[in-house]
Amino acid sequence: MSQLTPLQHPSSTAVGSVVPRRPTPELHNAPADYTYDGSFEGLLTVLFRIYDRRSAPNSIQPENEAQGGLFAQAVAVDTDEALATRTWDGLLRFMPEPARARLYHVFLSEDSERELLIFRYADMALRAGRDISENYADATVRRCQRLAQQLFREKHRMEAFVRFEKSQDELFHATIEPDFDVLPLIASHFTKRYADQRWLIFDKKRHYGLYYDLTRTDIVEFETAGAAPRRGEVLATVLDEREPLFKILWQAYFDHVNIPERKNLKLHYRHIPRRYWKYLSEKQPRERRFEPIKNKRGPNALGE
Amino acid sequence: MNERIQEKLSILADAAKYDVSCSSSGGKRKNEQKGLGNAEGMGICHSFTEDGRCVSLLKILLTNHCIFDCAYCVSRRSNDVKRAAFTVDEVVDLTINFYRRNYIEGLFLSSGIFSSPDYTMERLVRIIKKLRTEHKFNGYIHVKTIPGASPELIQEAGLYADRLSVNIELPSELALQNLAPEKNYAEILTPMGQIRDGIIQNKEEKALFKKVPQFATAGQSTQLIVGASDENDLQIIKLSDSLYQGYGLKRVYYSGYVPITDDARLPQVTQPPMVREHRLYQTDWLMRFYGFEADEILDPAHPYLDLEVDPKLAWALRNRHLFPIDVNTADKAMLLRIPGVGARSVERIVQARRFGSLTAETLKQLGVVMRRAKHFLTCRGSAPARLGELDEQQIRRQVLFGGKAVRSALVTQQLDLFAQAG
Repeated sequence: MSQLTPLQHPSSTAVGSVVPRRPTPELHNAPADYTYDGSFEGLLTVLFRIYDRRSAPNSIQPENEAQGGLFAQAVAVDTDEALATRTWDGLLRFMPEPARARLYHVFLSEDSERELLIFRYADMALRAGRDISENYADATVRRCQRLAQQLFREKHRMEAFVRFEKSQDELFHATIEPDFDVLPLIASHFTKRYADQRWLIFDKKRHYGLYYDLTRTDIVEFETAGAAPRRGEVLATVLDEREPLFKILWQAYFDHVNIPERKNLKLHYRHIPRRYWKYLSEKQPRERRFEPIKNKRGPNALGE
Repeated sequence: MNERIQEKLSILADAAKYDVSCSSSGGKRKNEQKGLGNAEGMGICHSFTEDGRCVSLLKILLTNHCIFDCAYCVSRRSNDVKRAAFTVDEVVDLTINFYRRNYIEGLFLSSGIFSSPDYTMERLVRIIKKLRTEHKFNGYIHVKTIPGASPELIQEAGLYADRLSVNIELPSELALQNLAPEKNYAEILTPMGQIRDGIIQNKEEKALFKKVPQFATAGQSTQLIVGASDENDLQIIKLSDSLYQGYGLKRVYYSGYVPITDDARLPQVTQPPMVREHRLYQTDWLMRFYGFEADEILDPAHPYLDLEVDPKLAWALRNRHLFPIDVNTADKAMLLRIPGVGARSVERIVQARRFGSLTAETLKQLGVVMRRAKHFLTCRGSAPARLGELDEQQIRRQVLFGGKAVRSALVTQQLDLFAQAG
């Protein structure tokens, strides 16, 4: 179990709170190159430091990706949970909850410019004096909105494309490799839906997973990639005895609901891009060749 | 045993696939007592078949044995097909196990009519009752009511199903008499009216009492087969309109007729009319979300939808005197009528213009398809509308073939087929 995601922090500040608003300080000191530990809390701490130091960011980078020593004004920021919470709560004074959540979503997008985008958006909101989330004419707003939208689409895809396999010990497990870091966002969906079965969804790209034990859902981390559940290898021996049957039935179902006369592969690939096929059982090779049902007469009869 | 269940599933999924509805949205069923499943809000497409259609529900017939002989139907009595029937427990087991693996959102259950309508309907009800009560299943359930089933059974089905539907199939009574002589419109419309009343009553009771059993909270829908009989598009959209207005339907689905039998009463086509079906869906959307009336889109002088251009563009081309529209000042209803401007773009335009007036470049970034829209709107710093100079044919050509015109894959494919055939 790792730290809480910021969305789970209880928020102490109400929207439109009566705390008198101080004018947002001008960032008149020389711009700096900030580095942080790569966590969202870390980034929130950086935001705090920016205004504390009155020093705008040239760049904000996770320390392991930053090219150390190249910057004249390097500032390494240590994550401070209390400051992060304060900053997170404080943002609500300048934007409604959905707009604030969007900033978190931009962070999860793992876009290479996400930190600066979040800073720019926040800074604009701090100075605007009104909600800017619908100012689609502004490039930063639009970019944030776009990233959040892409993230939402990926979240929705993962809610759709997870395929559980049941093992002998009644655990339903699945592996995914989403484009973005969406596990924190799909947790509540799967928790609500599969309340009476133990399940594990593992993000192979990011080496962590969600595990629900019939009581609560936790983030679980694996020391190395090798310790992670590997599909087909380790677990094949302990699959539930009916698991192969349901996989075959699902494949048979998938093959037979298709209407060959309406074939439209372009649309097919758009809806279900090839990069997701790896973990979709219906897109795996069949053990037996597909035999269409012979139910048609006339010129278009199949299999005749 | 496993072989047999696989064969049954193949037969009964194959026979159910011509029902196009796969929606799983709009349910209000929450998982409350740590049961299985949750069907709140948004639907999910878990997969997509090669025809580009969504797979959201386990869509099967209980059986394809049928005492009716409807000409358009693959399961008709006189058709020489393999028959099969599931038991109640088999359907329950499949649904639960597919759902647990996150293959599906729920069950879409329909059936051929064996023995009698009530006998069939009673089986369907038994399945969904078992799912809900014994298995605490909260996934989505869509049940097709059987024509001629008794009101009591339909009422009971509504307690367990999220959506009920009665398929009209043929868009006119005349076609129904001709192609499905054992059915009649009264038998279809009566249960539709009953379901409508049940839903209304349920809503009223919910306003009064705290705990009221659910009744088909995701509403009811129906399906019309397009191209099996010779109704024109005007007749079809007028029928849809009256179903939305008169029966409060959530959705009308249009199913392009896929040639399945060589019955002489049916048109001998080789391809389902997919572009026509697509245009009907666009029209359906215009009526439900864009404030268009059926009569505005088509009239007796123009009873067919234009296959080449979308119905909004076709309407705008016929009504050029209403344009150009200034996006910085026009009201929402008028913005919705600009070709190339979707409902979402309209929302964004209305929001964004409060911060400053919009330019053509911004519109593009908001998602407006300027290739179509530019002929019909004005905005800051540009008056792209050269409406007076271009006639209808010129605009049409520009939209279709000008610049980087990209027609949808579907339209291109099908128009090419027409070209080849011609």
